[in-house]
Amino acid sequence: MSIFTKLFYLLRKIWKAIRLYVALAGPGLVVMIADNDAGGITTYAATGGKYGFHLIWLMIVLIPVAYYVQEMTVRLGAVTKRGHAEAIFESFGAFWGWFSLVDLLLCDWLTLVTEFIGMTAALALFGVPPWITVVVVSFMMAGIVFNGRYWTWEKITMLFCLLNLIYIPAAFLLKPNVSDIMKDGIIPNFPGGFNNELFFFIMANIGTTIAPWMLFFQQSAVVDKGMTEKDIPFGKADTLIGSIFTGVTAVFIIVVTGTLLLGADFEDAAKAASMMMEHSQNYVGTCMAIGLFDAGLLGAICISLASSWAFGEIYGWAHSLNNKIKDARWFYASYIFMLISAGIVVLIPGAPLVLITLFVQVIAVTLLPAALVFLILLLNDEETMGKYKNTLSQNIITGTIVFIVIVMSTLYGVSTLFPTLFG
Amino acid sequence: MSTFIQKYFPKIHEINQRYAKPRVKLSKPMRIILFLLRCYLVLLVGLLVFKFVTTVTG
Repeated sequence: MSIFTKLFYLLRKIWKAIRLYVALAGPGLVVMIADNDAGGITTYAATGGKYGFHLIWLMIVLIPVAYYVQEMTVRLGAVTKRGHAEAIFESFGAFWGWFSLVDLLLCDWLTLVTEFIGMTAALALFGVPPWITVVVVSFMMAGIVFNGRYWTWEKITMLFCLLNLIYIPAAFLLKPNVSDIMKDGIIPNFPGGFNNELFFFIMANIGTTIAPWMLFFQQSAVVDKGMTEKDIPFGKADTLIGSIFTGVTAVFIIVVTGTLLLGADFEDAAKAASMMMEHSQNYVGTCMAIGLFDAGLLGAICISLASSWAFGEIYGWAHSLNNKIKDARWFYASYIFMLISAGIVVLIPGAPLVLITLFVQVIAVTLLPAALVFLILLLNDEETMGKYKNTLSQNIITGTIVFIVIVMSTLYGVSTLFPTLFG
Repeated sequence: MSTFIQKYFPKIHEINQRYAKPRVKLSKPMRIILFLLRCYLVLLVGLLVFKFVTTVTG
């Protein structure tokens, strides 16, 4: 066989693998990119504004952290064909099941409100009134899920994922000093020493990397997509690519705000975008605002689905995106109810939106440890997982990650409740 | 409590019955982990309640 024939067959094999990946890609990519939701964008923007490029290394460290946690949901979903909520009910009983389900609902609804806050604030920069944003977004999101096909929903959502990469051209528009980025950001460092404020920022970044809804969402999406054991390698690759995308996007957000708004005082990403638009960097500010809207939209799509899937699993409703509306009324009704009720809250004059934003973190830390612990316990159950159970090295890695994530997110939640506790 | 749920929320009662017995056999380390998880949650909910009460009364 000539070298050209060998090359031809090799390229054909690679092309086949790429086509197969594109067909199987979805849950990992979507969940990871949706992790950069409105709250996440604000956290990264604030990190760049406060510390410049100095915490870029943290975003790189968080890539494998997110991957190792989320890939467990791929294995669990593909092997058991059950969502995370159902797995908890079945394996640990009704007490832990109800705790997880109710907490998930509360956490998701509050997070959904923050996504609407982000979306309305982003479009307000272009003169769009909040009520129009809420109505248009609700119709758009209903349209995406009501088509009756998981595949269509997933591919449309992946288009929104592409838009999330808008921060990359935004950063290039600024022509940042690459040597400064490499010098300040790549090697782990603690700018100004390890003080309380820096600790708070590190906790916030870790807290936004792993959210409870992500575990529930990805496992249910894997099940709804119909992935089986043989698809696990592709599901893991999908999750890895997604985690790299999310980390890279976070780095570019930090580059943008670290270049333009270093030392500036802004409380959220919309304010950062507005400050950029007021100055000479109108295009970058516009990219920032579009990215914030997209981030909120992606987060909202995934979060409301995570709850509806979970309730569908437990209540025994038909709960697949492949179901028509008439076949899965309760599933779609719960999705729309979550969406509209969260949207309405944002429109209520004088609603305690700041309090809600703070409470999201606190509610999340009540659910996150339980969800993570159950995940590891389930992944160690030989009867359930068979040959796909965690190996010793996976247990050491994920156990360490879960321990650190629980400690850091708990400290973050407690410091949100009691801001003066740590000095 | 169980009778109340059975009477007014039959679906919840049915779910409770369906998942009454955990499928995973709980080993001693697992029981310890779940106990610690309960303690953690009690502490966290206690802090939340404390914060709520001090915010409302203060």
